[in-house]
Amino acid sequence: MAATLEKARVSKEGEFVVIDAKGMHYPELNVLIEDVINQGAKKLKLINVNGQRFIADGLRGDYYIEIHGVAGDDLGAFANGPTIVVYGNVQDGAGNTMNAGKIIVHGDGTDIIGHSMRGGKVFVRGHVGYRVGIHMKEYKDQVPVLVIGGTAGDFLGEYMAGGRIIILGLQRLETYPEIVGDWLATGIHGGAIYLRDEVDEDKLGYGAKFEELTEEDLAFLRREIEEFCSYFGGDVDEIMNAKFTKVVPLSHRPFAAMYSDSKEAGH
Amino acid sequence: MCGLGGIFNRDGKRIPGNDIITMARMMRDRYDGRGGGFAGYGIYPKYAEYYALHLFFRDEEAKEATEEFLKDRVAIIKDEEVPMRNVKEIPKENIVWRYFVEVPHKFKSKKEYLAQEEDYIIDTVFTINDEIDGAFVASSGKNMGVFKATGMPDDVGRMYKIEKYKAYCWITHGRFPTNTPGWWGGAHPFNLLDWSVVHNGEISSYGTNRRYLEAHGYKCRLLTDTEVVAYLFDLLVRKQGLSIRSAAIALTPPFWKHIDKMPEPKRSIYTALRMTYAPAMLNGPFAIIVANRDTMVGLNDRIKLRPLIAAKSGDFVYIASEEAAIREVQPELEKLWAPRAGNPVIARLYDDVREEVIH
Amino acid sequence: MVRNFPPDFIVRVDKEACINCLRCVRECPFGVHEYDKEKKKWKRHHEKCVACLRCAYMCPTQAISIEKHPMEYSPHPVWTNKVRKDIKTQAETGSVILTAMGNELPYLNYFDRLVLDACQVTNPSIDPLREPMELRTYIGRKPEKVDLEEDNGVDLKTKIAPNLKLETPIMFAHMSYGSISIEAQLSMARAAKEVGTYMGTGEGGMHVDLYPYADHIITQVASGRFAVHEEYLKRGAAIEIKIGQGAKPGIGGHLPGTKVTAEISQTRMIPEGSDAISPAPHHDIYSIEDLSRLIYALKEATRYKKPVFVKIAAVHNVAPIAVGIIRAGADAVVLDGFRGGTGAAPQVHRDHHGIPIEVAIASVDQRLREEGIRHWGSIIASGGIRSSADVAKAIALGADAVYIGTAALVALGCTVCKKCYTGKCPWGIATQVPELRKRLNPDEGARRAANLLKAWSHELKEILGALGLNSIESLRGNRDRLRGVGLSDVDLEVLGVKPAGR
Ligand code: SF4
Ligand code: SF4
Repeated sequence: MAATLEKARVSKEGEFVVIDAKGMHYPELNVLIEDVINQGAKKLKLINVNGQRFIADGLRGDYYIEIHGVAGDDLGAFANGPTIVVYGNVQDGAGNTMNAGKIIVHGDGTDIIGHSMRGGKVFVRGHVGYRVGIHMKEYKDQVPVLVIGGTAGDFLGEYMAGGRIIILGLQRLETYPEIVGDWLATGIHGGAIYLRDEVDEDKLGYGAKFEELTEEDLAFLRREIEEFCSYFGGDVDEIMNAKFTKVVPLSHRPFAAMYSDSKEAGH
Repeated sequence: MCGLGGIFNRDGKRIPGNDIITMARMMRDRYDGRGGGFAGYGIYPKYAEYYALHLFFRDEEAKEATEEFLKDRVAIIKDEEVPMRNVKEIPKENIVWRYFVEVPHKFKSKKEYLAQEEDYIIDTVFTINDEIDGAFVASSGKNMGVFKATGMPDDVGRMYKIEKYKAYCWITHGRFPTNTPGWWGGAHPFNLLDWSVVHNGEISSYGTNRRYLEAHGYKCRLLTDTEVVAYLFDLLVRKQGLSIRSAAIALTPPFWKHIDKMPEPKRSIYTALRMTYAPAMLNGPFAIIVANRDTMVGLNDRIKLRPLIAAKSGDFVYIASEEAAIREVQPELEKLWAPRAGNPVIARLYDDVREEVIH
Repeated sequence: MVRNFPPDFIVRVDKEACINCLRCVRECPFGVHEYDKEKKKWKRHHEKCVACLRCAYMCPTQAISIEKHPMEYSPHPVWTNKVRKDIKTQAETGSVILTAMGNELPYLNYFDRLVLDACQVTNPSIDPLREPMELRTYIGRKPEKVDLEEDNGVDLKTKIAPNLKLETPIMFAHMSYGSISIEAQLSMARAAKEVGTYMGTGEGGMHVDLYPYADHIITQVASGRFAVHEEYLKRGAAIEIKIGQGAKPGIGGHLPGTKVTAEISQTRMIPEGSDAISPAPHHDIYSIEDLSRLIYALKEATRYKKPVFVKIAAVHNVAPIAVGIIRAGADAVVLDGFRGGTGAAPQVHRDHHGIPIEVAIASVDQRLREEGIRHWGSIIASGGIRSSADVAKAIALGADAVYIGTAALVALGCTVCKKCYTGKCPWGIATQVPELRKRLNPDEGARRAANLLKAWSHELKEILGALGLNSIESLRGNRDRLRGVGLSDVDLEVLGVKPAGR
């Protein structure tokens, strides 16, 4: 891309460096982001974003990035520290394998949001799709948190090995009004999921169970909901004043009994 | 990995092909350039009552043989070369010709002549694809056509001058083929009569579906799993009279766990459909868009292993693999959503768009 | 004349370990171990040993081991030891050699030459533990299409014929009360009910102890018509007409009067102590239209509420026969391949008649499709199914479900000693002798039989997952997901399978 065009795309707005992403293909956009960061920008505003992939992919440091438009697949994948605020929707895989940082989405998300997250937080104001939080994990003091304002599809928290998922169900879909889809937390062996509604036991996937909430859980939920409301508005007490369902693993090795050899059979 | 898109005007308003090309271009990261294509409905209003056959010929010889064959089977009202521009990205492999044909009147005198006539056209298509070396029918519906080749979809669109056609329904596809070789006939959309299909993913149940269709007289010779989707819609909807919603129940049925809990008579209906159409069930990861003369349908596999987004803006309905593709052509949307796995999104002419809740 | 007939096995006893408890004497039903109390001397009749291993496992000090007898005739590739021994036996007795279980000759096992596909990249393999995996299978007639009236609301116009609902496509094969003990039948009935599948009664009727499981039992109507009466037919979940059996195509059966105990007499509805003979054919079926008559007689008797199956041995002409059976009104055809087991069969039949189940499935499935009537009836395959892989391959070739017989008995403790016909089954399965029957505890049997079904079902799910499928119907007839290894072109053509690498 010609240097003049790049210049034309970059402007300043207070402490923000603004990049106009209109019509750009993602490799160009991401090189441009890298350039302005190398030149010392701490706060970036990306406007006219529409589907560009891998924004802030692997980005390390406490940058603040605003995205206006639709963020493409794998937003903030492997990110290690930045705060990304999306005024719009995100596509598949936002927060994929993120290590630290924050993604705050003012719209909806689609499938596999927060896939394999190890740390940091993702807040989505609206709905999310299938397999959200799949294989989230925690490591030492890193405990990833995913807070969804609307509802989630099937296989929420599948294989979940750590971290916390909160689904608030503040908005509902016409075609599927329930707070969460089927096969909830199937294969979960670590972490916990909190759903702000009653949930039919039949939705529980293999290896998952319900558990009563403790005072500690409520305190945690209040903290996270306060943060949620600080981004998107809403009344914390009102949101807290509802029945929550908590889902946890049956055990850390849910499938231990499914495999055997002749020795284990006592032969 | 592939990308698919569709635009449908519920009032039948015809729009030029520019927007569908834009949609296709927006998803370029999903393709590798080994296949792209478009289908447009409403593009031949002057010849609306004739079957429009789009044909690929490898050489003049194949063309002559096909014309020899066609002349005894159908009345050719008009034929011409499909106008094309030279595009450096796509070597021209084929002669592309279109024929507007009608079925001789002796068939029309019989009862249920329309169904017979359509079967006759299907038979014609299968015979050409099967028996005439170097000839391939890309589409065979009325007032519609398929334009496809080996290349990136936007290049394919430019080559065929898609922007010069106007349609009330456009669908597009870009390919990242893994399981079948790249050739013009192997690009999407796949078409049979009115049915066109674009598909992202893989139909892992292909062997089962193919053998079921073969027992019903269909010939699956295109070396790809997608063609079975077009044939299954033709069989279930056109021939057996199911609604598109019921066909979707047959093709992506709810899990037994959910069927078992349905109230009667719903449970019996779903059970009957699932039992009867077990060999038609589509399995594996897929998202598809299917269109015919008055409908566009988006459908996902039962556990949603491929992406699909639907949106509505006034009388326009959009379906695509990625939201960005839709936003690029229509930033102002009344509604944009990700349909639930296995629920068909059905847009109909002079009707609303609906996500049919079957899951 | 010297009987130069080396024993098959030799019983070795560790003298140091043996404590002379005489347990082995009581355990061996064949009288191998003999102890002379006066002389305090052991004698072992090695020639009678069948290597059932009962004594070895019951000996409290594990003093016994059973070995192949080292003495053999001079080796010869054609005149094998077995051939020579059979000749000598027949020279001695002048009779037909009787045996049990399945075909013993080393014919090519097609299952072992077929391999399954797996997903890599282009379609994700599915994790069967966490994602839904459906094995449910309906056995019976399906309509060509479903007619719905969809104008206002949806109305089902098509009537679905009765089908059996299987939660896993594996059923327990027909093994009659008489040939096996009630404890063995009970074990399978309970397991079938628990897992959501079915067992067959065989032609011995339904013992009252099985009534609580009757909704998971398929009753059989065989040529002897034992126990067949209106109540019996109505009690079961489906009815199976047995024409033939893979282990002995073309011949009937015979339960000697000595085995017809009071209970068996009651269940079979024949006098105590009288022979129970099943003729080779049904004497009201000499042709296909007669079969149709019997099918409809049974349907009428049960008011069209039960599916009717017809079981045949897989023979050379199996495809047209099966098509005829389906056209005659059967809701399923059961194909029993030549490796199928039996409680008693002449060795010559067992080893030399019929064809392998794999090719039978392939040709019947293909022929039914060619005739456009595949949906009229289901295909149930049986005869030599040893593992979940065999089940998956049978289904990919075109079967809807399978029956397992020998595998089920092995789960119950059978060691395949092939002496079922003696009625002295050392493991309490193929016997009516009260002391022997006690050896099989039906609670334990039910647990093991159910476990086998669960383990195979679980493996089937793993197989489906690797194939990227989440429902068994997408494997059915999906020969694209099979490849042949080391099969000839003709074999591949018959099986409808490509060679590996293509
Ligand atoms: S037949 Fe069985 S019980 Fe008798 S000696 Fe041989 S192994 Fe032991
Ligand atoms: S059932 Fe009994 S007699 Fe028959 S083979 Fe098995 S162990 Fe031997």
